[in-house]
Amino acid sequence: MITNVKRIGLGVAALLLALAQQSLAGVLPDDRADLLYHLYDGGGVEIDGPSLLVRKKVGKSVSVVGNYYVDMVSSASIDVITTASPYTEERKQWSLGMDYLRGNTTMSANFTNSEESDFDATTYSFSVSQDMFGDLTTLTLSYALGDDTVGRSDNPDFSRDNTRQHYGIGLTQILTRNLIASLNFETITDEGFLNNPYRSVRYLDSANPIGYSFEPELYPATRTSNAVGLRARYYLPYRAAIQGEYRYFADTWDITSHTAAITYVHPMGDWTFEAKYRWHDQTGAHFFRDLFQRSEQTNFRGRDKELSPMTSHTFKLAASYEFLRDGWNFIDRGSVNFSVDFLQVDYDEFRDISGDAVVGTEPLYALDATVYQLFFSFWY
Amino acid sequence: MKLKNSLKITVLAVMGAMLGACGSIEPWVKPYERDRLADPIMFLDANPVSTAYIQHVYEAREGARGGEGAAGGGCGCN
Repeated sequence: MITNVKRIGLGVAALLLALAQQSLAGVLPDDRADLLYHLYDGGGVEIDGPSLLVRKKVGKSVSVVGNYYVDMVSSASIDVITTASPYTEERKQWSLGMDYLRGNTTMSANFTNSEESDFDATTYSFSVSQDMFGDLTTLTLSYALGDDTVGRSDNPDFSRDNTRQHYGIGLTQILTRNLIASLNFETITDEGFLNNPYRSVRYLDSANPIGYSFEPELYPATRTSNAVGLRARYYLPYRAAIQGEYRYFADTWDITSHTAAITYVHPMGDWTFEAKYRWHDQTGAHFFRDLFQRSEQTNFRGRDKELSPMTSHTFKLAASYEFLRDGWNFIDRGSVNFSVDFLQVDYDEFRDISGDAVVGTEPLYALDATVYQLFFSFWY
Repeated sequence: MKLKNSLKITVLAVMGAMLGACGSIEPWVKPYERDRLADPIMFLDANPVSTAYIQHVYEAREGARGGEGAAGGGCGCN
């Protein structure tokens, strides 16, 4: 069963770009290994699993990186309990990448494959970073190409394709000895089968005793989005850091959004504590309706709550503890990190139809989720 | 009209100055002044595995995507 058609591919690309761009131009990333356990719990959905990342230099100018990631999903979400049956599934993803440093230029290439019972995603990404102006400025250009195959668990003959392309440009700038900022612009295009093959929309139907019926959703076959993000981090006078960030997003489905966040980082001996607040507000897709007036009312139809107008708030608390500061065997140092994110989403048009309210007057749906992360990092 | 011409001259002068400066920009934050920027608390993305995971969560829960960028860096701390 598909958990997040199209979004998994996006997640893959985000991971690839993050892995590709984490390197500082002019210097290869540190050799390190990270073992992460993640758990998402909310809205009737539980997703957990491990993620292992290993990065190692080969010679003086090459660094290779590998990542293995698993999602184990148990879903009884609001969509599932109102239109289908709870399910469990597993998604496995692996990726390999390489960074090549030449002078002040870092070139990166990554490959990722994600598989589940009814969805395959393959992504290739490339990026080039260049240090300029005495290493005060880093310019990064990136490109990713994704090929997805969408299936149906109840129909082995069902197969649809998606193609995704990401174009990114990023600028990181040292502004003062206490302030660093980055500006990123990204365009993403999708073409193919973009809706979830299982999800339905509902429409008024007087012939049905409950007042409505369901029919399959149908999305446009293309989508192009633009996003620009700005972040800045400032070193406070007493050895702590504060970061502010903002992103504006707009796409051809008429979704526009504003996202802002503020983070405070406070070290204390071997400990580092972090607190973050994130706010997100978006308009809905032009073809989103919670309730259509009749069957096939519009050419395109969707009732995915993520395409509804919404506002979300996230509060994050994190702590990390450094150990083996003097090294042990081949390990230079290590850290253990724990974080918890409290996510609250209020949907402006998506209604909770699990109760007995009169059709069209159901309460608006709201989601509370908690995201836990526990991970160990070793540098060597 | 006079204001328009003054504006044009000012813009051209600024552009000329910027182009001229491109060939010889002096780093205004010297390498030995970057100790604070090299502190791990100043890394824009200290934990890439965690960042990639939480971005995946947001993309699954929201309609927006991209533009988060990645860490980059450029502190030239090597």
